Amino acid sequence: MLEIRDIYKTFNPDTPDEVKALQGVTFRMEEGSFVAVLGTNGSGKSTLLNAVAGSFQVDFGKILLGGEDITALSEHQRARHIGRVFQNPFTGTAPDMSIAENLALASLRGRKRGLGWAVSSRTAEEFKARIRELNMGLEDRLGNIIGKLSGGQRQALTLLMASWLKPKLLLLDEHTAALDPKTAKKVIELTEQIIEKDHLTTLMVTHSMQQAVNLGDRLIMMNKGKIIYDFRGDEKRRLRANDLLALFDEVRRKEQIDHTTAEMLSRVYV
Amino acid sequence: MAVLIGALTIGFILSLLSLGVYVSFRVFNYPDMTTDGSVTLGAAVAASLLINGVDPVTATLVAAGAGFLAGATTAILHTRFRINELLSGILVMTALYSVNLHIMGRSNVPLLSEKTIASYAENFGTRFFGESVDVAGWTVPGTDLAVVIFSFLIAVGVGMILFLFFRTNLGTAMRATGNNPQMIRALGVNTNLMIVCGLALANGIVALSGALLAQYQGFADVQMGLGMLVWGIASLIIGESLVGVKTVGLVITGTIMGSVLFRLLVAIALRWGMNPNDLKLITAAFVFAALILPGLLSRLRIKERKAAHA
Repeated sequence: MLEIRDIYKTFNPDTPDEVKALQGVTFRMEEGSFVAVLGTNGSGKSTLLNAVAGSFQVDFGKILLGGEDITALSEHQRARHIGRVFQNPFTGTAPDMSIAENLALASLRGRKRGLGWAVSSRTAEEFKARIRELNMGLEDRLGNIIGKLSGGQRQALTLLMASWLKPKLLLLDEHTAALDPKTAKKVIELTEQIIEKDHLTTLMVTHSMQQAVNLGDRLIMMNKGKIIYDFRGDEKRRLRANDLLALFDEVRRKEQIDHTTAEMLSRVYV
Repeated sequence: MAVLIGALTIGFILSLLSLGVYVSFRVFNYPDMTTDGSVTLGAAVAASLLINGVDPVTATLVAAGAGFLAGATTAILHTRFRINELLSGILVMTALYSVNLHIMGRSNVPLLSEKTIASYAENFGTRFFGESVDVAGWTVPGTDLAVVIFSFLIAVGVGMILFLFFRTNLGTAMRATGNNPQMIRALGVNTNLMIVCGLALANGIVALSGALLAQYQGFADVQMGLGMLVWGIASLIIGESLVGVKTVGLVITGTIMGSVLFRLLVAIALRWGMNPNDLKLITAAFVFAALILPGLLSRLRIKERKAAHA
């Protein structure tokens, strides 16, 4: 389904702010799989997701979706196949527009938009029916402005909107990181429900080890712009948060050794 | 009474300008300096077509089309070449000054004997209302009454079309572009294209306003666009505070009312002896006050609450 071939991305190249965010990432995702990407801040996990979404063009490498090369397509062109939920609950919805209007926008993701009414009595019924599945009591507030809703409600709506037309690929970018634990739990449940129902191929970025362990059928760990571990199948199912913690510790210690040995060597030889 | 009718007419004609500013400034969140140039552009194109014998309706529509192109140019400078929003508008506005002079051939084109949309309305008025009409005890020339009704109908018509347009799929996508570009890109909308179409629409309406203003006043002048963006923003702010709620339909209605009200206030102030030279200074000061007042008031309220706690 999704195939990433050796992609590289450097931000602010040749300046003091240079960041080598992706350094040769390669992996394939099968249709219907749910991959969690775990990593520390600056590991390149969000950059990976944004590269797939098309927020920027990669410096090198190819991205294929459903066999089609989408590397050169812009963000809005890729949106035809990709549904997306952001880390910030306020990014996924238009605050000054009504719930119904936001849903109307989502119901035409990647399609041509003409001069038909965005919200009609016919579409309003459909909106009501699907929003009822969220169990948030929003079905009677379709005309309300979204900006007045809580972060959790907005994130749930974004989730619904991203999956309104079944996308080939669903991208979740730490979509519960900004929510309180209780709301986060609810949004996660909803996420599982929606993915289950439509058998969505999902790529989720997270920095919560618990989430990475509990969700998905595959776990990828990233560090410094590279994939360092890739667990799937039984291996993934047996994985516990403590194992991941140990792995992170190991990575950190390896890096420290690099530093200290370099210092030691320089003291001896230079 | 003549002053009142005149103020109403200009208020309605300029409410088109305010509607254009509503599209660029509120819907797209874009402080579009092109406005100052496209008012004049509309007037210049309409005036020079009229003195060359083109019929008024065609001339007015071509003028709106010219504004459309001016707006699209500004948006392309911004989206394609990544020039800052204000600066791209200023560049086009500055360029338009020369363009307008070329179109008119001189700095002022009087429309004395040419058939204009205003003279159409006046003819219609004498036929329909006669020489003079009695309106609530005042004697009003039929021509003036027809012109004010006509400008009212155009303002309401354009407002209606905008209102309906912003409820279509395309219109909602445009509003979302101004409200949350990241979100609407993720839903597959080319935001750059939306900005180009939106600014083109806004400046088309602004140029229409300029074309009508020239025909009503009987001249086009290269200076007439000066400060028009600020004027439009002032009307918009008055309108928004008149209606309170910020839904599309109400804001559009409010914008038309705000424009008329502002024009009336200005007419009254001038009548009372305000120096016309101070008009732009006062308009700018008014917009400044309207922009900072909400922040000041809420800070004051917080202070009061703190004082109440202490």
